[in-house]
Amino acid sequence: MTRLTVNGVDEDVTATTVAQLLAARGIDPTARFLAVAVNGAVVRRATWDEAALNTGDAIEIVRPLQGG
Amino acid sequence: MSSDPFIIAGKTMASRLFVGSARYPSQQVMLDAMAASNPCMVTMSIRRISLEGYAESLVDLLGDRYPILPNTAGCVTARDAVLTAELAREALDTNWIKLELIGDRELLYPDVEQLVHAADELVRKGFVVLPYCNDDPVTCRKLADVGCSAVMPLGSLIGSGRGVANPGAIELICARSPVPVVLDAGIGTASDAALAMELGCDAVMVDTAIAKSHDPVRMAGAMKAAVEAGRLARLAGRIPKRNMAEPSSPQLGLVGT
Repeated sequence: MTRLTVNGVDEDVTATTVAQLLAARGIDPTARFLAVAVNGAVVRRATWDEAALNTGDAIEIVRPLQGG
Repeated sequence: MSSDPFIIAGKTMASRLFVGSARYPSQQVMLDAMAASNPCMVTMSIRRISLEGYAESLVDLLGDRYPILPNTAGCVTARDAVLTAELAREALDTNWIKLELIGDRELLYPDVEQLVHAADELVRKGFVVLPYCNDDPVTCRKLADVGCSAVMPLGSLIGSGRGVANPGAIELICARSPVPVVLDAGIGTASDAALAMELGCDAVMVDTAIAKSHDPVRMAGAMKAAVEAGRLARLAGRIPKRNMAEPSSPQLGLVGT
């Protein structure tokens, strides 16, 4: 298990890549308008399959919402 | 009006009205209000996903019709604002960002020091930066100096509907700014938008005044008309204000003289 902070919540996950983490959370990695950052740096979509996650990583998974 | 183009960062905008996508009573009302207001850009926020909100994307509905301008609303540190801008660029494939850096959660007033710092960093990273800022000519000049493509001074507090609280300051900003001025925040009704344009603003940004009005679609049309009217009046040049009356009818040939 890997201990991560995902969108501000600490979680133990089996995922070892960004793509696996998205899939485990029921998020279609081909869905448009998603963006992911690990430890404060954007991880480009093209690298989600390879982008490794390690214990202690902080992940942000975001999408656009209504705003002013 | 092709003879009066509004250009930011080399891009000719479709109108002089930015419209926010938040706080509408329903999605359909929002879409109808957008159609009635003819926005040059529609603003959106960037937020952590939650599974229940994931199914439907507002961008699918809006993105084909209007350019999306993501914001960094709610960010209180330059670091978070820069990351939010970078996430927005990845999510929406745009390097445009409405930069907001909040220094007080109740007043939603900009933190100028961090704002200039974040704007500088984002410009260096290749962003087209439109900062929400104080109605202060010096702050606006600093933001232009670091390379912002426009400035967005507040008329009054976000969501307050109090209009242009300091018209003299906005007029000064407009007269001195080397980049376009978009009045952001505080618009309450159509006359506020018209006044902003008459003072010399290049455009106006409205969200709550449309979304929370009794009839958002009608108010959206009112804002469109107000921005156009205010722009025309600005170009036409208003008459000077006088302290005394000046008759408009001829003084010669008055009956009984």
